[in-house]
Amino acid sequence: MARYIIRRVLQIIPILLGITIISFAVIHLAPGKPTDLMLQLNPKIEYEAREKLERIYGLDKPLYAQYFDWLKKLMRLDFGNSFTDNRPVIDKIFERLPVTLLINFLAMAVILIFSIPIGVKSAVKRGSFFDKVMTVLVFIGFAAPGFWLALLLMSFFGVRLGILPVSGIVSLDFENFTLSHKTVDLLRHLILPVSVASIGGVAGISRYMRQSMLGVISQDYIRTARAKGLSERTVIHKHALRNALLPIITILGLSIPALISGSVILETIFGIPGMGRLMVEAVFTRDYNVVMAGLVISAFLTLAGNLIADIAYVYADPRIRYDKISRPVR
Amino acid sequence: MSLETELSPVYGDAFVTGQIGDARTLVPILASDSPSSYIVSLVFNGLVKYDKNVELTGDLAESWDIEERGLVIVFHLRKGVKWHDGYPFTARDVKFTYECLIDPDIPTPYSGDFRMIKAVEIIDDYTLKVTYKEPFAPGLTSWGMPIMPEHILKGHNLLTTDFARNPVGTGPYKFKRWKTGERIDLVSNHGYFEHRPYIDRYIYRVIPDTATMFLELETFGIDSMSLTPLQYTRQTDTPFFRKRFQKFKYPMFVYTFMAYNLKDKKFKDKTVRRALNYAVDKNEIINGALLGQGRIATGQFVPESWAFNPEVKPYPFDPEKAKGMLGEAGWNDSDADGWLDKNGEKFEFTIIINQGNDTRRMAAEIIQRRLKDIGVKVNIRVLEWSVFINEFVNKKRFEALIMGWGLGREPDCFDIFHSSKTRTGEFNFITYSNPEVDRLLVEGRRTFDRSERKKIYREIHRILYEDQPYMFLYIPDALVAVNSRFQGIEASPIGIAYNFIDWWVPKDKQRFKY
Repeated sequence: MARYIIRRVLQIIPILLGITIISFAVIHLAPGKPTDLMLQLNPKIEYEAREKLERIYGLDKPLYAQYFDWLKKLMRLDFGNSFTDNRPVIDKIFERLPVTLLINFLAMAVILIFSIPIGVKSAVKRGSFFDKVMTVLVFIGFAAPGFWLALLLMSFFGVRLGILPVSGIVSLDFENFTLSHKTVDLLRHLILPVSVASIGGVAGISRYMRQSMLGVISQDYIRTARAKGLSERTVIHKHALRNALLPIITILGLSIPALISGSVILETIFGIPGMGRLMVEAVFTRDYNVVMAGLVISAFLTLAGNLIADIAYVYADPRIRYDKISRPVR
Repeated sequence: MSLETELSPVYGDAFVTGQIGDARTLVPILASDSPSSYIVSLVFNGLVKYDKNVELTGDLAESWDIEERGLVIVFHLRKGVKWHDGYPFTARDVKFTYECLIDPDIPTPYSGDFRMIKAVEIIDDYTLKVTYKEPFAPGLTSWGMPIMPEHILKGHNLLTTDFARNPVGTGPYKFKRWKTGERIDLVSNHGYFEHRPYIDRYIYRVIPDTATMFLELETFGIDSMSLTPLQYTRQTDTPFFRKRFQKFKYPMFVYTFMAYNLKDKKFKDKTVRRALNYAVDKNEIINGALLGQGRIATGQFVPESWAFNPEVKPYPFDPEKAKGMLGEAGWNDSDADGWLDKNGEKFEFTIIINQGNDTRRMAAEIIQRRLKDIGVKVNIRVLEWSVFINEFVNKKRFEALIMGWGLGREPDCFDIFHSSKTRTGEFNFITYSNPEVDRLLVEGRRTFDRSERKKIYREIHRILYEDQPYMFLYIPDALVAVNSRFQGIEASPIGIAYNFIDWWVPKDKQRFKY
């Protein structure tokens, strides 16, 4: 097992390197340069200013040279400076990451809290009124476009009822609040974004949970458990659930990289200064350093998330072994 | 206005504005995007500025003398002005700013006008002599450039300095704090040389979505925003809105146009371009795309500019005449397929527009429809901004495009229409060349006498409309809503923000206390 883990960790390095090369090449394929936004179509501009600026930023060097410069810096964990305002990329990311992480963690918590019970009950009471209603509600939530739902909720709770703030993550006079007031203020601002962000997830995971649960309940060992005389509660919550949760663990592991990514649509609507807007704006302004930093961190988390999910599986499912050939349980 | 309103201004309260984008740098000569320029205009001053009659008046310069028929301008600077850190403002700051502007290693977009200067001499702390290589009329306006503090910035790299996120100016508002992507806070400068602004705080909130911004306006999260034509005409006439907000509509110094690539053989013939102008109903575009909030453009100058020629009238909407003119130019529907053709080629072209501008897209669609009516086939292609500029505009790989120019108050348009400005990245990307216009553009720059310049630019206006290098489309109106508690706002041809330091809120209506 240890050898397996070490092998996987070492594999991360060449895979990550390959990802950076491809990413670097692809984002440079798009026409335009970071200097464009500063200089273009401003009637007062100097023709030579662009060339000067490109030299300053090293954008006139051949692509492979630019890549190696970037890679050398990365070795020192230096992600370089943003082309739009010259600030260190890492500063810009750390400014936006906390909000995004907070929203994503809260959304994930909401998703798990709601979707697992919904999924389980829907499976156990399959075909019942509850199951049917949940199916409809969940698909509506899944299909409704996030930005539309967001605007409706903002309009209703913010304007019509006036009980929740419309946008942003803190109030205007936040600085002058006491600590407890600050906490309440922040949470009030997050209610709508987290709700909208988790609707899709609740829909998806609860269906997944329901499906997985149905698959497990029909297994022989469940019949055995019941035959043994165990209470229905034990059968469902101890035996069936544990097995049905396995695919959910995989999903959780694969969702780790998504924790740092914000939905640019929701961030735009709610005016949240998160990672989504940072990355999308970086793409539009061809801010290569910011885009690469985002891609590298995301790639790293994906690989790490995969590894964690695979390891967690070993502990969750005794049938899984990586160093020996799996044998069927007797 | 209610009867209890106090008659004289009082201090206090904050003004919260909502904008779509965040600023990038607060170093004045590097701030080329609108949000950055917005903040810079509150924190810094130039030597001159425009007053509500669109005339140049003194800002940091009390007065100036134009000598030697425009070769020399001597500025007499205001005395006793202090930087926000207490240091005195002098001519050294102006000279320092000029040196940064022409420094080849500083990528400022504003150096063009300053390269026409031969020398800047400090006569004494409050007198500055600027000598130009040639008389250059637009030069005076260029001194609206915000002045930077020498004592702080000398020797610093403007691209990496902390000053970009913590500026010190001479302006009515001092920088307080910047939360990236969220807001910028400014506080009033009690020692401001004109007078202490009545509004104590200025808060700039970043709200990237216009629908959200409107909801914030309604819940008083912001005090003002730019309205879209739809919001202005349909969503702000409720009693609720009318009671709590004031709406302003004033002309923008901006116009939208469809440009023809004059190297394309279809558009080389002036008759063809003029014909197309008759075929499109500009009023339809204004009513459809702008919901009536705009006016027809007839050229490079807007009606509020002294260079505008009121005798240039827009062509009437006359599709029959258009067809007739195209017929004269050789375009007929010889194969009766519904489309005009000439020498076997169908009259078909593509208009390119940039993504993200619904008004331009709607204008393109209206043009497409009207041209179809006379047998000209138009395709529309939407491109992302960077691609639009780099691959199509700069490389002149287009047939027609729709774009807009934001104009300064100074009418000089040498960069756009002079036949020399056709290199990649320059603004005469349509390859327009008219020797008479060239001559007038050069003359216009060298003349200081207002009445002479008026004649010159009005002639340019007339010739350009006749030549039709662009189909001039519309001048949009600026549509602004401001919370009704603010007093002292007067709309003018240069907008409403010019006298922001005179705005105030009666004590009983103030929302933000310290």
